[in-house]
Amino acid sequence: MAEVWIPPKLQQLTDGKQQIQVEGTTVRRLINNLELLHPGIKDFLCDEMQEDLVPGLAVIIDGEVSLLGMLDKVKEDSEVHFLPAIGGG
Amino acid sequence: MLEYKPNTVLSNEEFDTVGSSPIRHDGADKVTGRAKYGADTNLPGMLYGKILRSPHAHAVIKSVDTSAAQAHPGVHAVITSADWPETSMKLVDLAEGSIHNLGFLSMNVLARGKALYKGHAIAAVAAVSAHVAEEATKLIKVDYEVLKPVLTAIDGMKPDAPILHERLASVASPALRPGGLLEDNADSLRTNIANEFEFNLGDVEQGFKDADVIVEKTTTTQAVHQGYIEPQAAVAEWTADGKLTIFSSSQGQFTVRDHTARFLGIPVGQVKAVPMEIGGGFGAKGITYVEPIAALLSQKSGRPVKVQLSRIEVFEGTGPTSGTQISVKLGATKDGKLIAAEAELIYEAGAFPGSPVGAGIQCMMGQYDIPNGHLKAIDVVVNRPKAAAYRAPGAPASAFCMETAMDELAEKLGIEALEFRLMNIASEGVRRVTGPMTPFVGYTETLQAVKDHQHYNTKLEGKKRGRGLATGWWANNSGPASALLVVNSDGTVSLTEGSPDIGGSRAAMAMHVAEVLGLPITDIKPQVGDTDSIGFTSNTGGSSVTFKTGWACYNAAQSVKQQMVERAAKIWEIPDTDVEYKEAVLQHISDPELKLNFKQIAARMIPTGGPIVASAGVNPPGPGPSIAVHLVDVEVDTDTGKVEILRYTAAQDAGKAIHPAYVEGQIQGGAVQGIGWALNEEYVYDDEGALLNSSFLDYRMPTSLDLPMIDTIIVEVANPAHPYGVRGVGEVPIVPPMAAISNAIYDAIGIRMNDLPMSPDKILEALWAEEGK
Repeated sequence: MAEVWIPPKLQQLTDGKQQIQVEGTTVRRLINNLELLHPGIKDFLCDEMQEDLVPGLAVIIDGEVSLLGMLDKVKEDSEVHFLPAIGGG
Repeated sequence: MLEYKPNTVLSNEEFDTVGSSPIRHDGADKVTGRAKYGADTNLPGMLYGKILRSPHAHAVIKSVDTSAAQAHPGVHAVITSADWPETSMKLVDLAEGSIHNLGFLSMNVLARGKALYKGHAIAAVAAVSAHVAEEATKLIKVDYEVLKPVLTAIDGMKPDAPILHERLASVASPALRPGGLLEDNADSLRTNIANEFEFNLGDVEQGFKDADVIVEKTTTTQAVHQGYIEPQAAVAEWTADGKLTIFSSSQGQFTVRDHTARFLGIPVGQVKAVPMEIGGGFGAKGITYVEPIAALLSQKSGRPVKVQLSRIEVFEGTGPTSGTQISVKLGATKDGKLIAAEAELIYEAGAFPGSPVGAGIQCMMGQYDIPNGHLKAIDVVVNRPKAAAYRAPGAPASAFCMETAMDELAEKLGIEALEFRLMNIASEGVRRVTGPMTPFVGYTETLQAVKDHQHYNTKLEGKKRGRGLATGWWANNSGPASALLVVNSDGTVSLTEGSPDIGGSRAAMAMHVAEVLGLPITDIKPQVGDTDSIGFTSNTGGSSVTFKTGWACYNAAQSVKQQMVERAAKIWEIPDTDVEYKEAVLQHISDPELKLNFKQIAARMIPTGGPIVASAGVNPPGPGPSIAVHLVDVEVDTDTGKVEILRYTAAQDAGKAIHPAYVEGQIQGGAVQGIGWALNEEYVYDDEGALLNSSFLDYRMPTSLDLPMIDTIIVEVANPAHPYGVRGVGEVPIVPPMAAISNAIYDAIGIRMNDLPMSPDKILEALWAEEGK
């Protein structure tokens, strides 16, 4: 299972857990399964249509900023972070 | 079209064109004045637009009466924010990678309800001349209810601070979203804090308990402007059939198109944005200011309209970077290992949420292996222009704090500054304080290059002279990009790319094509396409262009190469697999008689199958971070407080320098802007929020007379995610200078300068305070 790192402010929704093992072969499936474990968290990760990540949020998979967001693939042993997106100048 | 293939590494091969520094294709146009910039478009019947700006930093706009201006002879249109739809306050991704709260951006272009900084645009006039338009703006009557302004983030966070946005989303929400506005009926704390987030790693409390040496400090930086030479300018023509064409200087013609369409509530297909040459941007021309105003004035008047800002308007009405207050605490063992870090970063966002504090916090310690950390970031709205991106946005301020603290820590430990950094490098796979693992980058190699350099190994002599070193880390970006190649019958190749050319992208993109096809660079004819002639390409920014658009050019050129092979095979009536392409010559793999060069096949392309055209659209992953190490010698005049830069050396991992002279220029440019930020530049306000130095006479940027030659060291540790090993280079060179200079000043006079700018008055005050001890 992939390891999802929960942003500190969302840890109140995960009973204080900082990392959670979650099933899922894509970011979308990962978030859906995370929502089953900790209801309410999806609202803070996804937009209103729940088809994309919240604008301004980046998902980092195995150290690499994902350019596909919800559609990106996640491996069995992947490490996934949700961080504020970095804009360039 | 060829697909992106990860981990293609060619950097260890010899290249023909890549790595050379040919003359730029647009050079003659630029040195002879033929190049057309934002204000150089003139259309028949064109009107001139002028903007009325708020004289107050914080005021309710009770009413705007434009009747006298509209009746003024020569005036064809007057607009206010009431003339365009109220844009949604929700954050949106424009489906092609550009993420903004368009409601805030729209209110920044033309104020709605409140003026939030002095210089905030209130209304605009289009008239037969700029003078008539300016005269008419003076006839617009605005009834303001003047409010007390908030000018610093620290003041803005106080419980009794005046509030800029009554419904700013409360930070009590655990959401990561940057600040938006709540519904009218939603409960909310009244606040100027637009966003607040943090990172935790390990056990920071235990880390500090285990530390033998601890350093704590607080630094401040002031808002500074990007200082581009060319003010924003746009010409818009909205024709009777509903087509809107915009000619403007920007870092992204697609952003101009998309923002303008959203603000005006029209489909993007109705808008064509034409990129003109750009006289500097450094991040600030990645968002729109004048284009929607010119468009609306054109729609209303039925004539083309030009809007061109003055220098004062640029200073007062467009985004500088954020002022900041940053505190850091670092702990290390006596043998020099960093084991704990704490930091709080407070950034001014300007009038609307969205400072670059997220980047500042994530880049602050990116280069170090620190097992225990707690970092906190706060974004605060204040009555200043909305902060805009400026070269590695957010990172220079946090590096100033971090790298001066590292210097203090190294001194306390008795370890040489460069060695201390080598001892604490985060190598690939080390977990960063912000969570993810450290990506691959040549940090050790770049530090070592400085260590081996003559500058580092030459003793600095003389009184009141000092040497300082600092490093910088920046997360380069990628993004969607497009390229189009057309082979001409004489064997030249026309290249259309989607990235506005700021740092020499025409030449760098042409070099990708020339390298793949084995053609001379002069046979590639690059141009930047408008939004109707090339696929979506995200902004020229984030040090992304050579990586992402380079990939597009590489892929398109590979497609041309394959088509040339197919044409040769057709002519010789042999399978494609029997044709070899080498250095622009196609020949049979075993029959030396069958040989044609690129030009010969180009001349025969029509009868062999028609035009040879190739395009590529990419969104390539793996730009990798960038790393810089700067070394500077200064001399402090203790009578005047002036700091003179004696010698400056900047080293950087470029992955692979496609055009080394351009890379050198980027490094030098970034260092020079950093020197200005360090020593002189700052926005100076009075208590009412009026900017007091809105001209280049009073806003002191460095000139060539202030600077020595900036020596550069281009380190090449190939990025495995680019065919030639490219890593973005444009931003990180502005990250280390302030800390490097502060460390050098300390070495010269023994005083830690923690507040920017380190201008003569502050140096003298510090010296006097030291004498008075």
